[in-house]
Amino acid sequence: MDSTLLWTAFFVIATFGLYIGIAVWARAGSTDDFYVAGHDVPPLFNGMATAADWMSAASFLSMAGIIAFSGYDGSVYLMGWTGGYVLLALLLAPYLRKFGKFTVPDFVGDRYYSQAARIVAVICALFISFTYIAGQMRGVGIAFSNFLHVPIEIGVIVGAIIVLFYAVLGGMKGITYTQVAQYCVLIFAFMVPAIFLSLQITGTPIPQLGFVGNAENGTPLLLNLDRTLVDLGFQPYTEGLKSKLDVFAIALALMVGTAGLPHVIIRFFTVPKASDARKSAGWALVFIAILYTTAPAVAVFARSNFIDTVNESTYSVEAARGDIPAADLPEGSTPGWFYNWERTGLLGFTDHNGDGRIQYRADPATNEVTTFDRDIFVLANPEIGNLPGWVIGLVVAGGLAAALSTAAGLLMVISSAVSHDLCKKVLLPGMSETQELLVARSAAVVAVLIAILAGIYPPGFVAAVVAFAFGLAAASFFPVIFLGIFWKRMNKEGAIAGMSTGLLLTGAYIVHFKIGFSSMVLGVLAVILAIAAAILFLGTRQAGKSTPALMYSAGGLVLVGLLGLIGVLPDIPMGSSDQWFLGISPEGFGTVGMFVSFAVATAVALATKTPPQDVQDMVEEIRIPSIHAHPVHGNAPAE
Amino acid sequence: MTDIMDTNTPPRTEDHDVTEDVTKAYWRENLTLMGILLSIWFAVSFGAGILAREWLDQFSIGGAPLGFWFAQQGAIFVFVALIFIYVHRMHKIEQKYGMSDDND
Repeated sequence: MDSTLLWTAFFVIATFGLYIGIAVWARAGSTDDFYVAGHDVPPLFNGMATAADWMSAASFLSMAGIIAFSGYDGSVYLMGWTGGYVLLALLLAPYLRKFGKFTVPDFVGDRYYSQAARIVAVICALFISFTYIAGQMRGVGIAFSNFLHVPIEIGVIVGAIIVLFYAVLGGMKGITYTQVAQYCVLIFAFMVPAIFLSLQITGTPIPQLGFVGNAENGTPLLLNLDRTLVDLGFQPYTEGLKSKLDVFAIALALMVGTAGLPHVIIRFFTVPKASDARKSAGWALVFIAILYTTAPAVAVFARSNFIDTVNESTYSVEAARGDIPAADLPEGSTPGWFYNWERTGLLGFTDHNGDGRIQYRADPATNEVTTFDRDIFVLANPEIGNLPGWVIGLVVAGGLAAALSTAAGLLMVISSAVSHDLCKKVLLPGMSETQELLVARSAAVVAVLIAILAGIYPPGFVAAVVAFAFGLAAASFFPVIFLGIFWKRMNKEGAIAGMSTGLLLTGAYIVHFKIGFSSMVLGVLAVILAIAAAILFLGTRQAGKSTPALMYSAGGLVLVGLLGLIGVLPDIPMGSSDQWFLGISPEGFGTVGMFVSFAVATAVALATKTPPQDVQDMVEEIRIPSIHAHPVHGNAPAE
Repeated sequence: MTDIMDTNTPPRTEDHDVTEDVTKAYWRENLTLMGILLSIWFAVSFGAGILAREWLDQFSIGGAPLGFWFAQQGAIFVFVALIFIYVHRMHKIEQKYGMSDDND
């Protein structure tokens, strides 16, 4: 393993150096550079950057493993995390680019001529991005501790400093070009082992063909795997356990959520024109599809290969201790990589029946593979494919590239939400460009510090990051952006009502079924709401239309929050899965939230007055790519 | 796919002062194209990959049941194709109405 460690260190240091070099080269000089890379990123590069931004540590390391374990049910992630790009390309990206501003709250605030709508959007964007970034930083820390044998804390801090360096220095411009480099690293690192594995198991170098190909015995690989799994007591691979409605809801929530995620949307502000936004979404999906169509193939290869080589193999205690090289073991012995990964704690073997062989079964009473980390399938691929040690180093560098690129994109959303949407547009409208840049950079530093803390002491909600980020984006941003473009009659009352209902309903469902409303959680929620109320108060005061009631409610909420944090509020127990609404899991509830949000927004809009003429003209103009901006929507009219 | 058959005023390309009729026709054509492509989007993922999966699984593509294949591979390939078809068709439509944002 020593040469592997050296190679890993080499690849990690080399790629980190590359990212820093790019950051120094792509420094941002203006707010235009900082927020949207000067609007001049070519669509192909933006596609690559979007793909890296989009594919997180979870896509790179965990997805193939999740599919390998869940078979057909894993399809929701494959379809859900790609189908959203069709919605983006057709429904949102070109129009948002034509709108021509910096952020998602910019669009919401201007289109709905309302500071309150803008502030609600800022709060959604911040909440979604913080949940997501905490998970990425944790991933960076784990990669460091597993492969470079440094403590998780140091790993998180090193990763954070690298991201900070190019995000603060280069802003969107720096992030874009580092993401292009990170895409190249991660896709190479993912494909090399996949191609060798495909060659070894199906005889074809193209994993997508291997997926539908035959195993060594001539029967189709998938049919073979189905039969083997059934023999061992598992569900057949091509069948699922989830209900059809739940699969439908999860896939739709992930698709719509993808289209509504602020860090994905802002990437489309960086290209020169509306037509480039479409092209760019197409390229992004091509680059994502390379990994996403390979992952299910890797899943099948890895699960089949695991059963073939590990199940009923003879476990060698000497090889596990490292006394004899695993290569010298006789035929039918447990392969060498099993012992290597057992040492890292990602695999574990307990010889229940004492026969010295490994039995892999569905029944926990007889199953002897007692620890089975889902990330093992991607991590162990290089060794399973008998590839040299440097490939493992490459895979680690790829995983880090995936995590860092996503973290950087999220950091950008947080930084621009604070400096541009909150400070410039709401609290301190008189700020100069230099001041705004300074605030943006400081906000990025503060956000990184919070992300470091969240990575070292992961809060409970990190486990529910998929449900939260996608569910909330699907239920809050997607409906208001979509209606804002396609329905001129849509007004601010409808937007605020739709966004808040979607957010609160979906958020409450996820918290209830994923975390539970404990006193602590209630306290934290009350504090978040108090901050929101205070910002609303300050923001609307600028327009001279504030009500002191907002400030009083903020004060009251702070008190409730303190009570919750010291544990005085009642603990409401977490809901169980048999109480799910129509059997829809928290991951899929974003779909319900979205429909409710659409319904509420439409109903409220119809019951209230039509939006002003200049806003309707702006919508008209957004729909046509060639007409250049009138100064009409230069400044959002205050409420 | 859909070529317009209505008899709108001929599109003008030389300036940006487009009439309301042309704008409406352009928007209608865009929405029709979107409708068609989104129906395909729905059909390959939610249709073939989820709702009609068991029925499609009686057929196979290579060694994979067809419904399962759509859910794990096919839908993604179609998604990529849909976006590029949209890019291409919109380029045509925008040129026809003189609304392209291409400078060349």
